Parts: sequence; structure tokens; C-alpha cells
Amino acid sequence: MNDGMTLRGGWNVEYNYAVGTTGKKFFDALIEKKIIAPKCSKCGLVMLPPRSFCERCFVPAEEWVEVGREGTIQAFTIVPVKFESLPEPPYAIAYVLLDGADTALVNFIRKVDLSDLGAAAKKLSIGKRVRVVFEKRRKGTINDFHYELIETGQARRQRSKK
Amino acid sequence: MNEIDAVVYSMGPSEFLGVNEPDKWCVDAVGGRDKPFMRIHTGGATGLSAAQAGFHHVAAGLFDAVLVVGADKVRECKDSQQVLNTIWDPLYERQFGLTTITMAAFQAVRHMHLYGTKEEQMALVAVRSWGNALNNPVAHLKGHITVDDVMMSPYYCWPVKKYDMCPSSAGGAAIVIVSGKKAMKLSTRPAWIRGCGEVANTVFLGDQMGGRAQMDFADSDVLAMAATAAYRQAGIRNPVKEIQVAELYAPFTVCELSMVEALGFCRKGESGRLNEEGFFNMNGEIAVNPSGGTLCANAIAITALARVCDGALQVMGKAPPKMQVKNVRNAVCTGEGGSFQFHAVMVLSADYY
Ligand SMILES: [Zn+2]
Repeated sequence: MNDGMTLRGGWNVEYNYAVGTTGKKFFDALIEKKIIAPKCSKCGLVMLPPRSFCERCFVPAEEWVEVGREGTIQAFTIVPVKFESLPEPPYAIAYVLLDGADTALVNFIRKVDLSDLGAAAKKLSIGKRVRVVFEKRRKGTINDFHYELIETGQARRQRSKK
Repeated sequence: MNEIDAVVYSMGPSEFLGVNEPDKWCVDAVGGRDKPFMRIHTGGATGLSAAQAGFHHVAAGLFDAVLVVGADKVRECKDSQQVLNTIWDPLYERQFGLTTITMAAFQAVRHMHLYGTKEEQMALVAVRSWGNALNNPVAHLKGHITVDDVMMSPYYCWPVKKYDMCPSSAGGAAIVIVSGKKAMKLSTRPAWIRGCGEVANTVFLGDQMGGRAQMDFADSDVLAMAATAAYRQAGIRNPVKEIQVAELYAPFTVCELSMVEALGFCRKGESGRLNEEGFFNMNGEIAVNPSGGTLCANAIAITALARVCDGALQVMGKAPPKMQVKNVRNAVCTGEGGSFQFHAVMVLSADYY
């Protein structure tokens, strides 16, 4: 549209992003409800997101290990406003260090009441424990799981159930 | 224009403008025709990387005079965060609505967690910047605001609020870098480039928190590495005593708190309190962002170049009257780009040695 001062325009470009052998192995495991991570053969760093080499030692990372389904929040935020083409607000996201991993992986934290931001932020503080929850239908993408808070006391009950 | 030997074009991501290869469109406007011409791009650090490229070309003896110039029009982009989301990994991260604002929020929650920094202390950075910007005729945002104003402004990504963030601006900037001989012919009081540092960090945010992290996302340790290199070249041993002005690329309030710590102005975790005590005010120990800085204008491709312009004006004694800090011998300027990944530092001095 031409309003006399500006001309509306845009560019839309689609891509077929290569997943690569490392990504495929990780995503295939998600379908099986497993989170696996490459481990550096030299320094033992267990890396998420997965990658084909350790950037610290500069050697290939060919061994894979399964990491835990629980972890600890390292950083989080709550987004209450709408950004163009981004998820519908409000949503909470967090970097979580999964048990057995050495680097943190970001995902949504679901099932937290986000109506009061201050109260929600207190619940999501750094150090809080979360669990991995897999979606019923998994497609081999990073959205095959999300995190949920482990409420105090619940962690022990969960463990004794197993 | 005849005296300019080459042009370094300071141009970050094209997507904010929505015009592909914008450097191509600007050759004629900057007098680049018939001359060596190159584009430099390190995201938000672009302007400082461009200035360093210009410096190195002159210092190497290749050219006598290099024009470093650029422009950006981020305001024409409907939502710059739609573009910025695409700097994250399409397989593992982009899906979660990551933006530069969520990135600042991650830094803020870690700074709060590690050092007890308060939202009010971050808010005060905006208050000082907006106040300083009143003295800068070309600042985009400026005014007398209070900590309450910042605290009452809406959250964009908790704990980052509207006034904790930079605007989407339009702007241009230019500097001319010449050889020492030429500088002494052209000016009685040039700004001398005395130190340069530029260091890149890992792309992975999650590698910088907990676990076996080698540095913390709360801190700007990579900036500290770049600053150490620049200070060494400039012969600066005690930054607080020897530097009077800092023009920093801090697009969010928390970034400035983290950066002044990395630049050696105080210890980690002290910046919030010192800021309250006026340490970084115009009449404080080190005047941080007399221009209002990135919080008051962010035309991304040239924001870091504007830091160099403002730092140079300060050491030349040519800043706008109320913006000018008294007796400036050294100014430090920074650029920051990517997901807090690229950090560049330049020390400008009134003295040749
Ligand atoms: Zn390694």
C-alpha cells in the first residue's frame, strides 16, 4: 500500500535446513522419548544442543550418552507481549541443565500460572528443578518435549513410583 | 573526497532495512566510486569492527586516509525482533521465541541471581542515560524519567521492561581515520587511536551457565579480554584513574552493568551499587555514555561507530557543550554483536603516547 510517505513491502524466503547426521541422531532419539547428547572423547563435555565436535578441544565428538529427564533451571524469562511471527504470549522459557549434561538447553516451561509475572518469576527462579515431558505425538523436532516444574515434595514421590 | 583513499562501509544485517546488500546502494552517496570499498559486519559490533578495519588499513601503511561510514533505518522494520529471532539456531532454539530481549532477560536473571542486582538498579541506568541524552542533539530518546517510570513501564521479557530497552532508530555515522603525519597537518587536537581489541565468544548461550561453563552469561568476560588487549596497547594500567569517558554499546540496562565490570571500572557485582552512588554520572569517576548511548538511539549498523564518534569528540574537546566531559585524556568505546557474542573495544586518547 502506498500512503504517500511509505510503501508497504516484505520478503518471504523459505528454507530446507539441513539437519545433518548429528541432528538426525538426536531427533530420532526424541521420538523414542530419549534425550541423547554427544560427549567429547578428550574432555568428556556432554553437549546440548548436540554438535559434531567439541569446540574447546577441537576434536570430533562421536560417543553419545543419554542424559537425565530432570534438570535445573539456569536462566529463564516470561514473555507477556506479542512479537511478529513468534509464539503467542504469555510463555515461559528456560535454559535447563539436564542431569548428566554439561551445557544448558532451552525450551518452554509449561503449566506455570503466568497471570502474575512477579509470582511466576519467583516460581521459576534459578536452581529450581524441572522435568522433561514428552509430547504424545512426536515428530523428531525440538518441540517433541517441554519442561514442567517439579513442585517441592513431588520429586521424591515421582522417584519412588519408579 | 579526493583525499579519501578507501571506504569501509559499516553495515550490519540487511533485514532491518529490507533492502538486500545495502552497501551496494550507498557507494555513490559516500563517495566510494573509483575507490577500494569494503563492507564490515559483526552484528551490533559492526561499527566498531569497521572502525578497527579502517584503523588497521591506515596503520599498515596501505592508505593515508580511510572513510568509515554507514547508515541504518531499523525503524522501517515492522518488528525488528522477528528478524533478531533468526540469529538463533533453526533446529534447536528459534522455536522458543528467542529474541535479543529474552537474551537480555537471561543475562539479567543471572546477574540478579549471582550478585543480588535489583531491577531498580537496572532502571537507574535508563534514568541516567535518558538524562544524559538531553545534552545530545541527535539522541532519539531523551528526557527526565524516574526509576518509578521505568519500574511502571510494561514488561517485554521479565525482568526486562520497556525503558530497559533501546529503541529502533534511523541514523548515520562517519569518521575519517588518517595517518599520524596527516592528522598533525589537519588538526591541532586529533583523537589518537591508541588501542584496539576484538574477541568472539561461543554461539551457545547454554554453554555459559552452570555445568562446566568457562564463563558466565551474567558477565561480559569476552569484553574483558578485548579490553585487556586494548588497554595493554594504550598503556592503561588503571582504567578508573586513566579513563574519563566510556561510550558503550549497551542495548539493555543490564548490559551496561555487566560491561562496566568487564571494563575494569569495578569488581563483578559492584556496578549496581556504584551506579546508585553516581560513580558513572557525568561528574562521577567515569562518565558512562554522556551521549545517552545505545539505550537512547540504536541504528544498529552504525551504533558502535557512533560510540567511536562520541568518544573521539570527547577527547578532541568537540562534544556538544553540555555533553562534553572536562579534561578527557582517554575514552573507551565498545561494540557488541550477535548473541552477546562479538565484543570490540577501542581506546581513544588526546595524547599521542
Ligand atoms: Zn572437549
